[in-house]
Amino acid sequence: MITAPQQTSSAREIAYPRDGGFVMRLLIIEDDRDAADYLAKAFREVGHVADLAADGEEGLAHALDGQYDVLIVDRMLPKVDGLTVIGTLRSKGIETPALILSALGQVDDRVKGLRAGGDDYLPKPYSFSELLARTEVLARRRGGREETLYRVGDLELDRLSHQVTRNGEEIVLQPREFRLLEYLMKHAGQVVTRTMLLENVWDYHFDPQTNVIDVHISRLRSKIDKGFTQPLLHTVRGAGYVIRDSK
Amino acid sequence: MTALGKLLRTTAFKLTLVYLTVFALFAAFLLVYFAWNTRRLITEQITQTVDAEITGLAEQYRQGGIRRLVFVVDARSRRPGSSLYLVTTRAGEGLAGNVGSLSTGILETSGWTETAYRRLDDPEGAEHRALVRVFQLPAGFRLLVGRDLEERERLHDIVLAAGRWSLAIVVVLGVAGGLFVTRRVLKRVDAMTDTTRKIMDGDLAGRLPVAGTGDELDRLATNLNAMLERIEALMRGLKEVSDNIAHDLKTPLTRLRNRCEEALRLAEDESQYRAALESTIEESDGLIRTFNALLMIARAESGQARDGMTDFDAAEIARGVGELYEPLADDKGIQLKVEAPAAAPVHGNRELISQALANLVDNAIKYGAPDGGRLNGAEAEIVVQAVGEGDRILLAVADSGRGIPEGDRGRAVERFVRLEQSRSQPGSGLGLSLASAVARLHGGELKLEDNAPGLKAILDLPRAAA
Repeated sequence: MITAPQQTSSAREIAYPRDGGFVMRLLIIEDDRDAADYLAKAFREVGHVADLAADGEEGLAHALDGQYDVLIVDRMLPKVDGLTVIGTLRSKGIETPALILSALGQVDDRVKGLRAGGDDYLPKPYSFSELLARTEVLARRRGGREETLYRVGDLELDRLSHQVTRNGEEIVLQPREFRLLEYLMKHAGQVVTRTMLLENVWDYHFDPQTNVIDVHISRLRSKIDKGFTQPLLHTVRGAGYVIRDSK
Repeated sequence: MTALGKLLRTTAFKLTLVYLTVFALFAAFLLVYFAWNTRRLITEQITQTVDAEITGLAEQYRQGGIRRLVFVVDARSRRPGSSLYLVTTRAGEGLAGNVGSLSTGILETSGWTETAYRRLDDPEGAEHRALVRVFQLPAGFRLLVGRDLEERERLHDIVLAAGRWSLAIVVVLGVAGGLFVTRRVLKRVDAMTDTTRKIMDGDLAGRLPVAGTGDELDRLATNLNAMLERIEALMRGLKEVSDNIAHDLKTPLTRLRNRCEEALRLAEDESQYRAALESTIEESDGLIRTFNALLMIARAESGQARDGMTDFDAAEIARGVGELYEPLADDKGIQLKVEAPAAAPVHGNRELISQALANLVDNAIKYGAPDGGRLNGAEAEIVVQAVGEGDRILLAVADSGRGIPEGDRGRAVERFVRLEQSRSQPGSGLGLSLASAVARLHGGELKLEDNAPGLKAILDLPRAAA
């Protein structure tokens, strides 16, 4: 189970694991020994707990236990394939978030994966920081309902009225800037990769060879951080961006 | 299976048999009907003739009594080709006529009967058959008139015999004809089967023979040949693609390896090793991106992406891509505008079209205003358009940069071609290749035109039916 971080009444932030925040219990179902070991080691280094299963049957058995925060499932598995594992879990009412890893990276494959009950889909090869960011986002999803007011530090975003204020001052954002900020604040304290932003804010699943997202972020940053003492929107090198109160 | 056996099992032959049976049955029916009708006609003729005679003779009797009747009957009996006559007393004694003997009991009947008889002048001869009518005269005399049925029977027999023979000939000719036709058809089908087997064994260039008759077998052969053409083209394409990919990836992979090797040789402290590792990761990432782009191109070219096709509005895509790239353009001092006034329905793969358009916009930003802002005194501008033109939808990106000289436009679309002016910019050299492949996949093409100044890259796509 997640050991809950210290929650203040307004903060929704989760400290990045290196800061000693929450710990995820992960089940990694991957038949490639090297990849599985690599992932387990990487996750453990960051402070999470990782269990391994080498085939679909073993994975299904472990997952039925229901004690995991996120399942990381390779699509191609011996004995029972990844999508079937997830489908079986869903049919038994187990809603543990599942992230699918696959060499098949086309949109139709993605759609198939998500339809089978997966919650996210990451084509190989991937960078670990991408996987980590997405896994943490999935783990957090396990919690509460959709909130209408997001707050990080003195920055507030009202999802219904589309109003954004910082320290009481209203900030005018363009629609896409608003959506961008909304997504970042929804996952406040969690690293959000450029790919995740492209997928969730723009609904694009291709790689825009240039760093288009960076410019959007810097625009946003200039609106919400410039002129305020505390920067809230941070760049995490090699991974992506995070919005958090840095105190 | 013997040759004959194969022949008999063909659809053509079975069809022939069915047709033959139907025809034969019908013909048989017609013949029987004809025979029956002819017989009936003759019978009718006989009865009419006999009735007329009886009426006449009865009149004679009324006018002149039995003597007169006997006289007339005798006279008539002697005429050649005459009917049969018999006048008897109540007791059955013959008074006049040409009938020698009758079947028993005929005289007691009334109305029409068939009977066997012998002529009076030929008592030892064969029995004949006749159709007779017995008429009761007043005072008990009986008058019998009839006609020989031989003619009728003979005609009937002739017709039936002819019928039977015709039917037999029809059947024989039909079967023979069927076998002949079937053999010809079978030969053509066998030729096609042989060719397909040869093709399957590896001769991909083989084609089915077309006889030039324009019939259904020819049409089938022509269509199958077109299909084979397509398959051959696809296989060639696939081979080309895999050759290309192998070739295209070897260079960056070699580069990667060399960097690592160099680091091993030359790096002296941890920071240098670290730097080398980091640049390796960067290079690998670039390689992965290139690989994905190549895969996408390969999929688009081989038509694999066809299953992900939906109906969508290209104007929406234009707006979305424009919105995504606008800040980047603005940073470089280029104004990006989107012109998509009306809906532009397209049936295709949304992801691929988005990617293609994004590539074009990306190019426009990279090469649209290299000096950062002002070119030839005009404000640098990129226009993303989605317009309908008749039955086409044009997704265009027009910039005001240096453009591509006309001679280079063909090359620019090839994989990994970086034209002189673009060598300094980062990029994989695949943007236009992908855009071109995507356009072709959708039944359209990528056009590169002079925007005077600058380049106008157009994805010319078919408009989706409303």
